[in-house]
Amino acid sequence: MSNSEWKPNQQKFGAKYKLIGKDYPTPDLYAKVTGKAKYAEDFRVDGMLFCKLLLSPVAHGRVKHLDVSKATAMPGVKAILTQDDLPAPADSVTDLGVTIKANPLGEKALTMEPLYHGEPVLAVAAVDEYTAAEAIEAIDIEFEPLPFAVDPLDTLRPGGPNPRLQGNVWVRPSMPQAKPGEKPPSPPVPHVGELKWTEADFAETKHGRLPLGKAQDEWVVGDLDAGFKEAALVLDETFVTPDTSHETLEPRTTLAYWQNGKVFVHMGTQSTVQTLASLGRWLNMDQNQIVLVSEYTGGGFGSKATGYIFAIIPALLSKKANAPVMMRISREEEHFIGRARPGFQGRMKVGFAKNGRITALDMFVICNNGPYDAVGDANTSGTIVSLLYQPLAMRWRGTTVLTNTPPRGAQSSPGGMQGIVIMETIVSKAARQLGLDQVDIRRINCPEGKAPVGPVRNGTRGHSTSAFLKEAFDRGSEQFRWKERTARPKRSGTKVRGVGVSSSCFVGGSIGYDGLFVIRPDGRIAIQSGVGNLGTESLHDVHRVVAEVLGVPWEKCDVTWGNTSKNLPWTCVSGGSQTTHAMTRAAHAAAIDGKQKLQEIAAKVLGGKPEQYEVGNERVFRKGGGRGMTLPQAAQHAIQLGGKYDGHEPPEDVNKFTKASIAALQGQGLLAAAKDKYPRDGQTFSYVACFAEVEVDVETGKYDITDYLAVADVGTVLHPKSLSGQILGRSILGIGHAIGQKWVFDPHYGHTISLRFHHTKPPTILDVPVNMQWAALDIPDPETPVGARGIGEPPVGGGCGAILNALSDALGDEIFRRAPVNLDTILTSLEAGRPTQDPLTAHI
Amino acid sequence: MAVIRDVMPAFQLYQPSSVADAQKLLGQNGSDALVLAGGLDSMDWLKDRIKKPKVVVDLSGVSELKGIRETPDGVEIGAMTTLTEISTSPVIRQKYSLLSQAAEVVASPQIRNQGTIGGNVSQDTRCWYYRAGWPCYRAGGNICYADTPVGRNREHAILHSERCVAVNPSDTAPAFIALDAKFVVMTPKGQRVIDAEDYFIGPDIDITRMNILQPGSLLTAIRIPSTWAQAQFYFEKVRDRNVWDFPLMNVASAMKSSGDNIQDVRIAVNAVAARPLRLKMVEDSVRGKPRNAATGEAAGKLAVQGAVPLQFNAYKVPLMRNLVKRAIGGVQEAAWAS
Repeated sequence: MSNSEWKPNQQKFGAKYKLIGKDYPTPDLYAKVTGKAKYAEDFRVDGMLFCKLLLSPVAHGRVKHLDVSKATAMPGVKAILTQDDLPAPADSVTDLGVTIKANPLGEKALTMEPLYHGEPVLAVAAVDEYTAAEAIEAIDIEFEPLPFAVDPLDTLRPGGPNPRLQGNVWVRPSMPQAKPGEKPPSPPVPHVGELKWTEADFAETKHGRLPLGKAQDEWVVGDLDAGFKEAALVLDETFVTPDTSHETLEPRTTLAYWQNGKVFVHMGTQSTVQTLASLGRWLNMDQNQIVLVSEYTGGGFGSKATGYIFAIIPALLSKKANAPVMMRISREEEHFIGRARPGFQGRMKVGFAKNGRITALDMFVICNNGPYDAVGDANTSGTIVSLLYQPLAMRWRGTTVLTNTPPRGAQSSPGGMQGIVIMETIVSKAARQLGLDQVDIRRINCPEGKAPVGPVRNGTRGHSTSAFLKEAFDRGSEQFRWKERTARPKRSGTKVRGVGVSSSCFVGGSIGYDGLFVIRPDGRIAIQSGVGNLGTESLHDVHRVVAEVLGVPWEKCDVTWGNTSKNLPWTCVSGGSQTTHAMTRAAHAAAIDGKQKLQEIAAKVLGGKPEQYEVGNERVFRKGGGRGMTLPQAAQHAIQLGGKYDGHEPPEDVNKFTKASIAALQGQGLLAAAKDKYPRDGQTFSYVACFAEVEVDVETGKYDITDYLAVADVGTVLHPKSLSGQILGRSILGIGHAIGQKWVFDPHYGHTISLRFHHTKPPTILDVPVNMQWAALDIPDPETPVGARGIGEPPVGGGCGAILNALSDALGDEIFRRAPVNLDTILTSLEAGRPTQDPLTAHI
Repeated sequence: MAVIRDVMPAFQLYQPSSVADAQKLLGQNGSDALVLAGGLDSMDWLKDRIKKPKVVVDLSGVSELKGIRETPDGVEIGAMTTLTEISTSPVIRQKYSLLSQAAEVVASPQIRNQGTIGGNVSQDTRCWYYRAGWPCYRAGGNICYADTPVGRNREHAILHSERCVAVNPSDTAPAFIALDAKFVVMTPKGQRVIDAEDYFIGPDIDITRMNILQPGSLLTAIRIPSTWAQAQFYFEKVRDRNVWDFPLMNVASAMKSSGDNIQDVRIAVNAVAARPLRLKMVEDSVRGKPRNAATGEAAGKLAVQGAVPLQFNAYKVPLMRNLVKRAIGGVQEAAWAS
């Protein structure tokens, strides 16, 4: 049934639009494919030094002796940076004026008490990397070893080692109440405390089940006991998901130099505008004194949401050495500092009615956080599972545990992916035991329309803006020929095949940002973009809305991006799949502002009322015929009129960051700027239904994925080609979690031993089918003007879930209780007739 | 003193253009010299600063070490011939396809374009403790980090481990053993021609080396006799990913049949021990037997006798049993009707 020839998606999108839903070459395409694009490492500055890092050789320790004299005496060594040279961590202030106090226990760029093997301890700047490396080898350094734990369960055990001197979990003191009429108080600074479970809790491990000790956080909706009583089938399963590096191809390489009191930082980041605040906080500097250059970013997947703290190392070294400093990060260093998805040890007890409907869901997760600032994965996993499977009653409990492993960060569908994967294997098992079709059991539990999500907060439960996942399952079943495939024989020779399907969803957009562009007297539209160029193409896609609304050819638009000195508007973080949703709204708002200003100018100059004018074909003209003017003419009039028309009077409600940019752009033409104030009823999520087929060789355990289809519910399709890249690319990221990507530690020494690609095993293009297919429903989200939602995240959980479910369809339920599932898992379990790899130990 | 990885240290680079010059340089520098072929193994050692040779002798300019030559009794392959040349060579594909199959599944296309046959058979083990610079037996220390109660040893040995449990990762080595190839080694005392299986050594002979090469010696060519030309071949490599992975295990066999019976056979497996293993007992046990599933089953069981799995590599026992079974008895291919 599988066909090896690749067929592109045949769907037609954007029937009612000129640009939206149509393919086009993005303006940066030529630079990217010819190598002209300049990433941070491609820049060279006169007198540039290079720096190298000294990394911790211990999982947890304290520098008890440090002598750099031999290194500093070496010719060519210019400066050494240690923790003592770092500025004190700075507080930050939110948009609402709330001060977030800096946490003294948060991550620093360099430390004398490393909390993981590979953590940067100091940095050396020298004339070249050879010299810097020789200098590091000449440094006399000794560490006092301290207790460590790499597996959350080890530190939760009674008497278990603490990864930090203060304990093993973050403790967040309760939030003080806001006084009426006053601005909200600062949230208290979290501190590190100790959480230990009892021997009685750990008795569960003897049965291969996760102990259900005291959880840090918990919420309940509905009557759990009643739900379980109603259930025809109750499953109680423990499952482990892998820790996986983001493995961005561009490592955290950074160039920094100082000019006229300003620091210039060249780095890869997902978000241009929002990274400035992070750099300001890390450097404890006024943002106005920082220029960030990031025209191209070689992948982020959440790990570079607002840059990375290590960027301040070359910045501070540059100040100390009074010369530009390039910090090239090697693949091994990237493994340590490049972030990773936290692995979960999870347990779920799920009750199903005869028809498959989930009557009760009791979810318990442990999130392996690494030593520093807490990731939100545990909490998000509960929210996403509650939305995706709509249980009639649900309890979520979660604990985020500190360990001496490299720090985690958000990775595409953070928490959502882990929760979905654990849940998906259980839903598959339930369908087999209840004799139900795998699509049917997911369909009956699907969110639909304004579906409830998460816990009750302040007396109400949130809901989604829309959900059309059922339609995605229907379309997918037909396109994948699900019924036909499930009816075929499974075994032939040494091969067994299986088909799997998975639900998935994740957040798909935020609101409230600004759009900004200038219609110039030369007739060109200068669009200012604060979106990062992280490879998703949303940087350009969202601004097509401006051209669409104004009726201007895209070729007349020039997008300025990637440099914070270039007058950019306040923009969302390009993470959590926010950009497409948030910035199409902002672009739409700015375009409407531009249109209105054109109509007003026409009325002022040509007479009549603004509403009597129409905008289109690069003109503003009287409805039903009559006088008009070209956009260049209107731009000239805008400059003459001044005031709000050319940016001399910025809109009141745009962000101060946008206001500063408007002030710099004023007088150049018709300036359009607006904040997205469109209403939104609900929280925005996107959805995907994923289908896969696998073929397993039972004599070797090796399996191949022979077919794959993902059908996305992402609202209006903005740019089909970039959408296909997101759906299939992120599916492959998820597939990697199923087929082999992982971290391995030696728990006795606390060392990472999977340091290179051939150890961590990200999937290759030959590990996925040639003819991976995708489709999109193209049903607009009703709560946003363009109807488009984000799609980066949902396919990750769906890709992983579909493969795992196809494997259990082929081999049964007694093969694996953790992901990834490698051939060794399959072969030993087939040999033993039971699951052989334990479902509790982290990173084996 | 602190440790830093991933920055190549300075060394003297020599680029001889003849074997004689290369030998002279190696003779002069002894254990201070590192031989550089394709660099896929050496560069890692250098970049990680774990090996810091004073001298690197780069063989890429020695043209007499390159190419595949037909000889009156087989073929001779220069040690610097790339894996891509071997996998695409018409004569290898026609007569010794066991080797082209093996060469074709090494690592990735880029690595095969750069990697040489001499390097592929002579490469060091990839044990992740040893390669990361842990001071283990193989590195001259007195402990094996992989063979501890919690050591991570999924890819390690099940047979013939002696203190060290590392495995040989070569894909082409078992093919050469099955083809009864001869390795031509230039030593300070002159040329030696060695049976393929004797080129490799385990920790019982020398725990710090994977093969017989001593400082000053050079593998110059591999000769494949015509004895096994166009025999019935079986090669299978099992790996996690479909490209760019070392073998979790591989098997190579060359067989001659008479009617339905196995007349003669050579079989070798790799990544089960510190050296590729020729399975002589299996060869002896199946000679004269019918080539069928039962013979394969028996061969597989015999092959794994004495195998001792570590904590994370128990799968290697059924895997080796099944691979040997297939190599002897054949594989039952799937034949889906739809």
